[in-house]
Amino acid sequence: MAYSEKVVDHYTNPRNVGSMDKTDPNVGTGMVGAPECGDVMKLQIKVDPISGIIEDAKFKTFGCGSAIASSSLATEWLKGKTVDQAMQIKNTEIVTELALPPVKVHCSVLAEDAIKAAITDYKKKAVAAPALV
Amino acid sequence: MKLPIYLDNHATTQTDPRVVETMLPFFTEYFGNAASRNHSFGWVAEEGVELARTQIANLIGANSKEIVFTSGATESNNLAIKGVAEMYAERGNHIITAATEHKAILDTCKHLEKQGYRVTYLPLQGSGLVDLDMLRDAITDKTILVSIMYANNEIGVIQQVAEIGKICKDKGVLFHTDGVQAVGKIPVNVLKDNIDIMSLTAHKMYGPKGVGALYVRRRNPRVQISAQMDGGGHERGMRSGTLNVPGIVGFGKAAELCHQLMDVEMPKHRVMRDRLKAKLESSLEETYINGTMEHRLPHNLNMSFAYVEGESLLMGINDIAVSSGSACTSATLEPSYVLKALGLGDDLAHTSIRFGIGRFNTDEEIDYVGNKMIEVVNKLRELSPLWEMFKDGVDLSKVEWTAH
Repeated sequence: MAYSEKVVDHYTNPRNVGSMDKTDPNVGTGMVGAPECGDVMKLQIKVDPISGIIEDAKFKTFGCGSAIASSSLATEWLKGKTVDQAMQIKNTEIVTELALPPVKVHCSVLAEDAIKAAITDYKKKAVAAPALV
Repeated sequence: MKLPIYLDNHATTQTDPRVVETMLPFFTEYFGNAASRNHSFGWVAEEGVELARTQIANLIGANSKEIVFTSGATESNNLAIKGVAEMYAERGNHIITAATEHKAILDTCKHLEKQGYRVTYLPLQGSGLVDLDMLRDAITDKTILVSIMYANNEIGVIQQVAEIGKICKDKGVLFHTDGVQAVGKIPVNVLKDNIDIMSLTAHKMYGPKGVGALYVRRRNPRVQISAQMDGGGHERGMRSGTLNVPGIVGFGKAAELCHQLMDVEMPKHRVMRDRLKAKLESSLEETYINGTMEHRLPHNLNMSFAYVEGESLLMGINDIAVSSGSACTSATLEPSYVLKALGLGDDLAHTSIRFGIGRFNTDEEIDYVGNKMIEVVNKLRELSPLWEMFKDGVDLSKVEWTAH
């Protein structure tokens, strides 16, 4: 199977690889997938508590090239968006941007799930620690 | 050194130039039909076919009359199993095979199950070997055929074929083996190994694609097989169809070369394989060998690189041709059933890579592959959340994953 140029680019030069402090109240962490299924994505966002804007995003992914590219692209898109805007990112946009073939659509679904999981985690923390906002 | 490097010799092999050279005149000069008995075009073609039959028979210790030409091992496997099932239907309806067989065996057996045959799929030991006691116990008075491959195409594990053949002989059951990965690579002898029927293919032993053979024993016992295609009654009535003369001539030459070179190639490939293995194991943590190293083809290495998914690994080493047991590289999106049959978890099956060394590989290539693998595995582990968790001491089996 041939990969699109954009998938190859993200695979070769993945953006925003890394981890942030999970315990930081401004950091939301989403981890989706399972090793038995062949892909696990960890996606983290750091939100500016005043503006509600995502100021940083990081990922680590175990999975195929398309899974790596989907999560790498997701971190690029997340930065600078508000949490509410980020909630609107759809997996189909990732499919289009990366020209993913049908068998790789699940990679984009996983990326969308990871974004939502990270935001949910952040919101949960924000409710738990309102004093910091 | 030329890139890309081909290290997928269990999938297919390069046709040896000497084989091609032998085949060429049979396209344009000696193009006759081997079944044409009344002119020289036919005679020359037939001579070519008969020489090939002898060359192949010599490689496996058979008589040339016991070689039936087919289009490849899938056809040979179908012919062997369906042909025996049909011919011996009155004697019994039970077939024994193993879970790690090639799909051409497993799917043929499934087909027969739908027709009322009973099939036992033996599980494997962690080593990849069939448990001989289990095999013995599985044989009943209804059993007509045991089909166990000589060497596995993924993990290269060589079965105890002579013992399996002996058990079958003692119980009066026919023994078929899919020999495609072993023949031409390691010594195979149908008499010593007690083999009644064996599938072969040319393209796994530096011959052309589209030509195979079935060894069918003629005495002690005389094996009979029902033809699966109706036609002109070629190949002693077992396989109709005009013979692929250039392909067969090439197959014969390939068999002759393998016979001549085996004593040199076996130790050479073993050294190369062991060197690759040692390099990977010494530079990378958390690597696992799949299948026993003790009973294994000298040119096979199957290794899992934990916490790195196989397809992404293949993508990183895109100037090297190898295979992975990862689901993402298969049409079914299921990880390798062979590795799972060894008791390997899906997580490790997803991270496996199969290396198959062949006649045209060099030491320089092996070193390049080793270095590249190390570089890419390390890079991808930096990217892997599982690697990070492993390094942090998290027990991954205790994590609640959101399976999808």
